[in-house]
Amino acid sequence: MSQLRLDQLVVDIPYQQSGFALDVTIEPGQVWGVLGPNGVGKTTLLHTLAGLRNARSGQVVLDDVPLTQMSRGAIAQQIGIMFQEHQDGFPATVAETVMLGRHPHLSMWQSEQGDDRQLVEEALKALELSYLSQRQIYQLSGGERQRVALAMLLAQQPDIWLVDEPTNHLDLHHQVSAMALLQRQGKQQRCVIASLHDVNLASQWCTHVLLMYPDRAPLWGEARTLLQLTNLEALYQQPLAVAEVDGRPIFVPRVAQD
Amino acid sequence: MAAVNTVLASVGRVQTPLWGLLLLSIVTLLFALTQGSVSLSPYQVWQAFTGESATLANTLVLELRLPRILAAFATGGLLAVAGALMQVLLRNPLAEPYVLGISGGASVAALLAILIGVSGVFLSGAAFVGAIVSTVLVFGLTQLKTAASSLRLLLTGVVIAAGWGALITLILALAPPQKLPGMLYWLMGDLAYAGSPWPAWVVLVAVCLILFPLGRSLNVLGRGALQAASLGINVKRLERGVFVLASVLTAVAVTTAGSVGFVGLVVPHLLRMVLGNDQRIILPASALAGGCLLTLADTLARTVIAPEQLPVGVITALLGVPTFLLLLHRGRL
Repeated sequence: MSQLRLDQLVVDIPYQQSGFALDVTIEPGQVWGVLGPNGVGKTTLLHTLAGLRNARSGQVVLDDVPLTQMSRGAIAQQIGIMFQEHQDGFPATVAETVMLGRHPHLSMWQSEQGDDRQLVEEALKALELSYLSQRQIYQLSGGERQRVALAMLLAQQPDIWLVDEPTNHLDLHHQVSAMALLQRQGKQQRCVIASLHDVNLASQWCTHVLLMYPDRAPLWGEARTLLQLTNLEALYQQPLAVAEVDGRPIFVPRVAQD
Repeated sequence: MAAVNTVLASVGRVQTPLWGLLLLSIVTLLFALTQGSVSLSPYQVWQAFTGESATLANTLVLELRLPRILAAFATGGLLAVAGALMQVLLRNPLAEPYVLGISGGASVAALLAILIGVSGVFLSGAAFVGAIVSTVLVFGLTQLKTAASSLRLLLTGVVIAAGWGALITLILALAPPQKLPGMLYWLMGDLAYAGSPWPAWVVLVAVCLILFPLGRSLNVLGRGALQAASLGINVKRLERGVFVLASVLTAVAVTTAGSVGFVGLVVPHLLRMVLGNDQRIILPASALAGGCLLTLADTLARTVIAPEQLPVGVITALLGVPTFLLLLHRGRL
């Protein structure tokens, strides 16, 4: 199983002059939540970790090899990313779209084999999409489309999972299934890095968090130690209250009464 | 689960539609050989091939009809494949082979050649050079450098095409009246003066062979540049390659038959509506179906009011528009 190292990494966020270096090692089995206010660079960070953007300085290292020294094909066999926005220019069915996840594992001359079909079928089942497999992608609701994207990543079977807002558009039941899916990947000794806008999801499901502040150095470490009222109030510039549910802290915004 | 299994089984397999289209292509070519100012029976066509027939049928079939029919088929195939490629490259269903101004460049050069009074090989040569100049111009101005480049490429192409359009109008306005019919026929597409069909065939077959291993990558590219890169594709290299291939296909087609419209836009869409959107099936199917469409259109063009001939581009549009609208109305686009 692979390890992902952020080596003095400064992400290149447009219009942001100062950058803070990240020096983090993501070990197999860890589930990381990336938290921060809108526009702080969570998506840009994930794209950089996938090798889709150049860093301003520092490097991303996968098992001792910098991503810049790897081919796109080799990266895609180990690192998978689910984007926040899904482009659907052309008609395609759900099954065809999920099958695209197998692309990195097939050579130019191969077509999809029985194993690939098996993995796609399992991925559809895991995301409760089997009954939609023949449906056109543009006919899906936002939440269903989001689950198709997760199924595609599951079919890709990467060691490093980068997921941008995995619970977008999902109802509560599917939010839980999606986070449980990420947790299972962690239990199977994969690395998971998810940007989240809901701090309580991080509190419930993540082993580690990375807090990205717009104006000061980021914090990273174990979720239990970092998810504190003071850290989070400074992060979102918002007064919060904390309660405990099932042994985990739950954070709620405080609204001024007048 | 049985239902899922059947759906998945169809993903990524070469399917019977391709064999059906191949059969249709052979039937179309033979049918086209029998039609013309003198109708022949399929048996007479067969005799001409085996050299047992009278000289008249022999000349008709082998020297007059066969080269023109082969040129029509190859041109249709080239345009349809170029259209399918452009649609993937630009991630835009409205893209067609001429959208990037390739035919505009060819047309301006060809009209200038007609104006100075050259014909035959020199006319074709001028058209080819014009197409390449336009391609290099669009490519140079765009440079295909970033992920957002497909929109930039499309807009550059559309603007260059508009520029060529203005030049075409200018040439038509200034040209002496006796040269106008020839120019108009060239602009509408006409196979009567097509030279040897073989360059078009060689390019068509060669490009189909090159595309064969790229089909799945093109499927991924169709989902967007970022998604494609995340699934292991060197997007810049693939896009450049596709751009060059599509340009060469279009340039050869325009050189062979003038600017025949509609085939490159309509054929890939018709096929997508019926066969789905797997490029491994759509690209070869486009080559065959485009060939059939243009061969049939050209057969009509030379028989409807024979011995007079109609420009083939008119027929492709007249056939294509209602078929396309019907399928669109019923279909899955």
